[in-house]
Amino acid sequence: MSLRHAIVAMLLAAVATATLRLQASEIPHFERRSGFSFMTPETQAIQNDDTSNPGMLWTLDGEALWTSKAGAAGKSCADCHGDARVSMRGVATHYPDFDAAQRQPVNLEQRINLCRTGHQQASALAYESRELLALTAFIGRQSRGLPIKPNSDSNIEPFLAAGRALFLRRQGQLNLACANCHDDNWDRHLAGSAITQAHPTGYPLYRLEWQTLGSLQRRLRNCMVGTRAEPYDYGALELVELELYLMSRAAGMPIETPAVRP
Amino acid sequence: MASALINVPGKAKRGEIIEIKTLMSHIMETGFRHTVTGEPIPRNIITSFSCHYNGVEIFRADLFPAIAANPFISFSTVATESGTFDFHWIGDRGFSESASASITVE
Repeated sequence: MSLRHAIVAMLLAAVATATLRLQASEIPHFERRSGFSFMTPETQAIQNDDTSNPGMLWTLDGEALWTSKAGAAGKSCADCHGDARVSMRGVATHYPDFDAAQRQPVNLEQRINLCRTGHQQASALAYESRELLALTAFIGRQSRGLPIKPNSDSNIEPFLAAGRALFLRRQGQLNLACANCHDDNWDRHLAGSAITQAHPTGYPLYRLEWQTLGSLQRRLRNCMVGTRAEPYDYGALELVELELYLMSRAAGMPIETPAVRP
Repeated sequence: MASALINVPGKAKRGEIIEIKTLMSHIMETGFRHTVTGEPIPRNIITSFSCHYNGVEIFRADLFPAIAANPFISFSTVATESGTFDFHWIGDRGFSESASASITVE
């Protein structure tokens, strides 16, 4: 490479650093905003009215599944847990939670499937299936408005640290960490879309782009594909660790499940 | 499985203009997409929606492939008498769903 080319390359690199803030720094507590606040008033209105929020279709399905018997044990969720409005209130605020038997954190979807395979002796529901999304949305709905509580289990700490490391680690052909967008450039746009702060307050949520309800892991995998990285499989420990870190980052923010996002 | 969300005011004054909101669960597959192996995905959409107020049709809409999944349809009418609203959705592959809601007019 000639000297002239080297200088041009250095100048381009300097311009790139100047226009994009690339040093990872966490968002100050008072500046945290739900993805809801980045939406147009029209999209906010869809979420705010339970009769126009399409996520409620899944929530109602989940309510029906809650009381329907499944598996060889012939038990429904309600047979053990009773009225979800009481027993499931606040549950979604502290997931992923540590599972002693698995010796690792599990998210809400995995907890539902552990209940199915263990207590109901039924088959596990597939990730992103209507049934699993419906049950997760129904359970999440019982925590709507309650603040996210950071999980205080000491067993969680190494997994939380791994999640934070993954959030800060550059990956993919575009060599971007989650933090490069969601900590450092959340007030900007990618193409026409607001970047936002990546707080998982409303999952599972109805994305207008998906035309359906989707889980947090679906969203995380989307982002990874966007950075041209190989996404982890559904249920991978890395994704659960990332969920853990995102929930700790959003501690205190109210649950919106089922939210609507563009 | 729940398929429709209906919002009709339970009470209204005679002559009052009321808003009716409906949301129907449906994938609204356009018929223009293909699978990864190149086979076309057949069209599967709602083609027609209607609302009857005490047996009289007060609203009708034709739906087309460009309409999003889970169509949300909202419209207004004048509350004339107590009774029921009957909603009906018809679509491809014999899709047919109904729902109803009642209103008290004072």
